[in-house]
Amino acid sequence: MEGIETKIRETAKALFSEKKIDILIGHEKGSLVFHSRPVMIRDANDTERLVWNSFCTNNLAVYLPRFFEPKKPKKGEVPPPLPRVAVIAKGCDARSIIGLVRERQVPRQNLIIIGVPCEGMIDKSKLEKLLEGDFIASGSIKDGGTSITGFSGKRLDIKKEQVLLDACIECAFPVVEDADIAIAGTSRKPATEKYKTAKSFSEKSPAERWRYFAQEISKCIRCYACRQVCPNCYCKECFVEQTNPRWVSAGDDLSEKMVFHIGRVFHQAGRCVECDACVRACPVGIDIRTFTQKVAQDVKEMFDYCPGFSPEVSPPLCAYRLDDRQEFITEP
Amino acid sequence: MGAEEQTVTSQKVTAQSKNKTDGWKPKVVAFLCNWCSYAGADLAGVSRIQYRPNVRVIRVPCSGRINPLYIVKALQEGVDGVLVSGCHPGDCHYISGNLFARRKFAILKNYLTYLGIEPERVQFSWVSASEGTRFAMLIEKVISDIEKLGPAQKLVKEVSR
Repeated sequence: MEGIETKIRETAKALFSEKKIDILIGHEKGSLVFHSRPVMIRDANDTERLVWNSFCTNNLAVYLPRFFEPKKPKKGEVPPPLPRVAVIAKGCDARSIIGLVRERQVPRQNLIIIGVPCEGMIDKSKLEKLLEGDFIASGSIKDGGTSITGFSGKRLDIKKEQVLLDACIECAFPVVEDADIAIAGTSRKPATEKYKTAKSFSEKSPAERWRYFAQEISKCIRCYACRQVCPNCYCKECFVEQTNPRWVSAGDDLSEKMVFHIGRVFHQAGRCVECDACVRACPVGIDIRTFTQKVAQDVKEMFDYCPGFSPEVSPPLCAYRLDDRQEFITEP
Repeated sequence: MGAEEQTVTSQKVTAQSKNKTDGWKPKVVAFLCNWCSYAGADLAGVSRIQYRPNVRVIRVPCSGRINPLYIVKALQEGVDGVLVSGCHPGDCHYISGNLFARRKFAILKNYLTYLGIEPERVQFSWVSASEGTRFAMLIEKVISDIEKLGPAQKLVKEVSR
């Protein structure tokens, strides 16, 4: 991990000194223990702030579209050139970036993807659960082992594997395939069984599934954090904010929350890379993973499409085949 | 039916659906494409083919025009079932609108079923302009499916119950 961190800093410094980039998006040390936060660097001297550890969970692709928003230049003015941006990308970040390139939100030629081998990120909430409600006061990670101490003085030694994010446990693409600069190192072995969460949920009875959906969604406070952190949700006007037609009204009814969640998930069809940024952003801990993974599974199984690769292939809902499955069609 | 009468009826329907199966009749919204299914429904009408009146038809330019949120919204506003019908694959007036729609519907229907909504609540079919009989049979099938399920309970907005 330290080796990767040094390499990231060196690469970033070199890119700035060669004047190849204007901005670099990466992670820096957060204000709490076991916490990293995104950082945007514009100067070679600041590259020392960059870190790489088991808490670089944010999907950094979400910050990209804002740099390339079309601006109308004032009369007689030449529009400033678009910035060149480098991103420290894990497998999931890189796939999100490719998604944005496909949807023409970011120009690929202005991007430098610095691919970092990912060994999986730690779920801090799992650690806190192991401490039984206590907060982490201090901790260290060494060779796949984690030791933490709570504020009450309780000490725990845990294997990293035990406290990985669900997204990382089920991650099928930990290696960055479209990297412009690849940082060497070992990455996590890709998971063999895909869509485990969705598959096991499908096995439950419909009544059980609905009860779980209602129970989870009833927690929603509609802060829309899941949308804000999602690289796919770059729309200037989201359907939940439209007033004509008004899809979702301001009421506190459970059905309004459900319509929001169903609508959000539907818009992820063929685009979601299962990075679980939404899950981590949710302040009330809704199991968004269970409800979002299904569309990823369906798109793969029905249309044999996996988002996040080759931007020239049209996304599944913008394409068709004459022999697409249609056993769901009602025959009178 | 006058506007006043209509309000009274809708109030009755709301009251009825409160006591669930007691005198309850299903309400089905049908989104029909202008070029095939709507014409098919028209043909069923001019041919004097009988089918039940529990269906409310909404004409749309093409099945590809249907935003999946229309279907979700209809269920939320309290209909017991939604039917979407367009031209047969290959016969779309706009060449491929129904083929794009087919993909969207496949995902939507799978997803709603995944969440635990009965698959019969949302149905999709193809009816051409010459298939008046097929249209009537389709409506019969959809309505009898929904009658078996009973009134919609899931996803329904509290105030419209």
